[in-house]
Amino acid sequence: MTKTVFLGAVAAAAAVLLSTGAQAAEGDTLRAVKQRGELICGVNPGLVGFAAPDANGNWSGFDISLCRAIAAAVVGDANKVRFVPTTGQTRFTALSSGEVDVLTRNSTASFQRDTELALDFPAVNYYDGQGFMVRKDLGVTSAKELDGATICIQTGTTTELNLADWFRANNIAYQPVNIDSNAEGEQQYLAGACDAYTTDASGLAATRAAFADPENHIILPEIISKEPLAPAVRHGDNNWGDIVRQTLFALIAAEEYGVTSANLEELSKSSTNPEVQRLLGATDNLGGMMGLDAEWAKRAIAAGGNYGEVFAATIGEQTPIGLARGLNALWTQGGLMYATPFR
Amino acid sequence: MSELHAETVPFVRGTMLPQASPPAAERGLYRWLRTNLFSGPLNTVLTIVALFVLWWLFQHFYPWIRHSVWNASSMAECRAIFAERWGEGAAGGCFGVIRERWNQFLFGFYPPSEYWRPTSAFCLLFLALAPVLFTESRQMRWIVVAVASVGAFALSMLSGAPAPELVCIAVGVVVWIAVIEYAPRAALVLTLVFPFLAVWLLWGGSIWGPATILGGAVIGVVVWRLLARFGILAVVGGLAAAALWWWFLSGDAAADLQRMLPLSLPRMESRSFGGFLLAITIGVAAITMSLPLGVILALARQSDLPIVKAFAVIFIEFIRGVPLITLLFVASLLLNYFLPPGTNFDIILRVIIMVTLFASAYMAEVIRGGLASLPRGQYEAAGALGLNYWKMQRLIILPQALKVSIPGIVGTFIGVFKDTTLVTFVGLFDPLKQLADTIRATFEWKGAYWEPYIFSGFIFFILCFGMSRYSMHLEQRLKRDHR
Repeated sequence: MTKTVFLGAVAAAAAVLLSTGAQAAEGDTLRAVKQRGELICGVNPGLVGFAAPDANGNWSGFDISLCRAIAAAVVGDANKVRFVPTTGQTRFTALSSGEVDVLTRNSTASFQRDTELALDFPAVNYYDGQGFMVRKDLGVTSAKELDGATICIQTGTTTELNLADWFRANNIAYQPVNIDSNAEGEQQYLAGACDAYTTDASGLAATRAAFADPENHIILPEIISKEPLAPAVRHGDNNWGDIVRQTLFALIAAEEYGVTSANLEELSKSSTNPEVQRLLGATDNLGGMMGLDAEWAKRAIAAGGNYGEVFAATIGEQTPIGLARGLNALWTQGGLMYATPFR
Repeated sequence: MSELHAETVPFVRGTMLPQASPPAAERGLYRWLRTNLFSGPLNTVLTIVALFVLWWLFQHFYPWIRHSVWNASSMAECRAIFAERWGEGAAGGCFGVIRERWNQFLFGFYPPSEYWRPTSAFCLLFLALAPVLFTESRQMRWIVVAVASVGAFALSMLSGAPAPELVCIAVGVVVWIAVIEYAPRAALVLTLVFPFLAVWLLWGGSIWGPATILGGAVIGVVVWRLLARFGILAVVGGLAAAALWWWFLSGDAAADLQRMLPLSLPRMESRSFGGFLLAITIGVAAITMSLPLGVILALARQSDLPIVKAFAVIFIEFIRGVPLITLLFVASLLLNYFLPPGTNFDIILRVIIMVTLFASAYMAEVIRGGLASLPRGQYEAAGALGLNYWKMQRLIILPQALKVSIPGIVGTFIGVFKDTTLVTFVGLFDPLKQLADTIRATFEWKGAYWEPYIFSGFIFFILCFGMSRYSMHLEQRLKRDHR
């Protein structure tokens, strides 16, 4: 009995300690970032097109651009960023413990992460989905023909669970070959250890493009899951979540209204579109409503261009990765990218 | 005398016959082959199987190595060169990734303009170690000192150290060599000072930070010496004096000194450490600190004082019962929940502490094995001479126990050094996996799978093999019995 009381007391003390820690972290991410003069982004330690450092250690990629845009909006300089590489296992803990301000790390927004893990996914920056790649000479044209196939699958990711769900739903069998990283998966697949390789479609496209013989591999048409990749922030600091969401929306809206990094200066003076005027801070002070200045969005767009420019520069069809816009086109062009109005 | 018997005198040989060579079956290559490779049916079969395996390995790997390409800036370019030189479908090692990114494998994201700092710190490490590692072999000591000093200077120059810093390094190295030659005891003091110098070189900032912390240690030692006749009180007094200095004064003193004599290097983020710089920093720190800690823990475990003994047993068994990865996760993630928000507790420092604790628990058990191997008579004889506990340990017991444990100690060292690659799990850039994966994430090098492993494996092999050879050298030198 005394033991239980003692353990209970310890647990309560730990809970108080944890909650005070969490309380202190609430509401003041913006203040902490401004005081530090630097934004700390949790990023993928290396994912082709999304985040990778070059030979001089400068990071670039689709997720990196979003992080830089947030830094430009909040701190005023797209280079005042520290990138903290986080692994699949450590990313959410790094965010909850306050080690990073925001995760821009191709993380799938999901129910459990939103609720149980106490995270917020302010807005989706890339709509992905899980697909399959097989060798052409396997003669398979649909994932439903993969009955009994061995499939290379990265452990500890949502793709693993999707795979199990989809095969169960379609009542066919498969044999998983567990792998730890993308590089290992490619190697196993090329060595013939598995018939099919499954991961997010963007990753498959990049992997296939880097093969010596891309023409001998096909990506099957089935997309078996929804993978809305989104930046993540801690639950509870709503203003900070607003800033992340609105920065992303500013990039999307800029593409919609034709604001690019090239004509940004000119439009901020001469645009007659009231929405553009408000976005770029020429009229109203939208930034002031979330603790920033009027030109926050202008700086965010100047950092790497609007959403379309970022996409084209990092993963678009002109790059070796060659992803089509697909679901990530603007809503006006049949995609899902839709920013709420700036008013 | 008749000539009759002149022809009948029997033959008498005046000289020896030259030695005949052994029969063909008992000499040369044939004999060697027969005794070593084909001495029986079983060995013959094994030899043939081994030859077959060797041939198979050679056939598999040789073309890949022969087709290596160094001058390429992407996998696609490598493949084009393979196709051009060796025909369509040929494969080979694309070592262009090493040529282009070798600096990241060695230094991580440390800024290139500051590469001279880790390289000179690495070379000076050997200058610091030489008087400790090669106490008896003067020749070896001088070879190491010469190579390290020339290396420190030349590598710093090659990696672009500014002129004033180069002069400092040159002067410092010459003075250090003189101290090693003429004042060997002072050289040991310099060896103790080296960690502070290395921290300053690697992380930068004002030199007065590490210097005042070192000052605290000096104050502690001075107080301890002054109070030496009060026994245990001296130790407490020394510790208290040092703690007071560190707690209240060292910060202000460092700031004041910096104002009077500004001497600082650009500050480096721990996050910029990566590759072998990270592995060697963590490895060397953990190795050097785990040995004394391990000795203390081993002695504590054998102690007659129940609390000390219980503490040592609990510590060792707990640490040995928990995987290193768990400790690293605690260091990296769990601690953040308990520290006040905004505390910036350096991640590399946290990892070093955990790896050191981990290594010292293993070290303690290795040394306890050495202690246990000593006959009881050694302790009794030391006691009979009237030596107190510490003198007995220092003069009689530990020298013998450590000598016996050398293979185990060096084995633990090598293990710790290789375990530093596990820091990949807390998001640090270890050379083997994280850094290689990161480099593969640039589209140019996607698919360069084996080359980074081969490169990292090669460097790990050199360092670990070096430690292993040193341990054999030490065993040879300390061989006093059991000849």
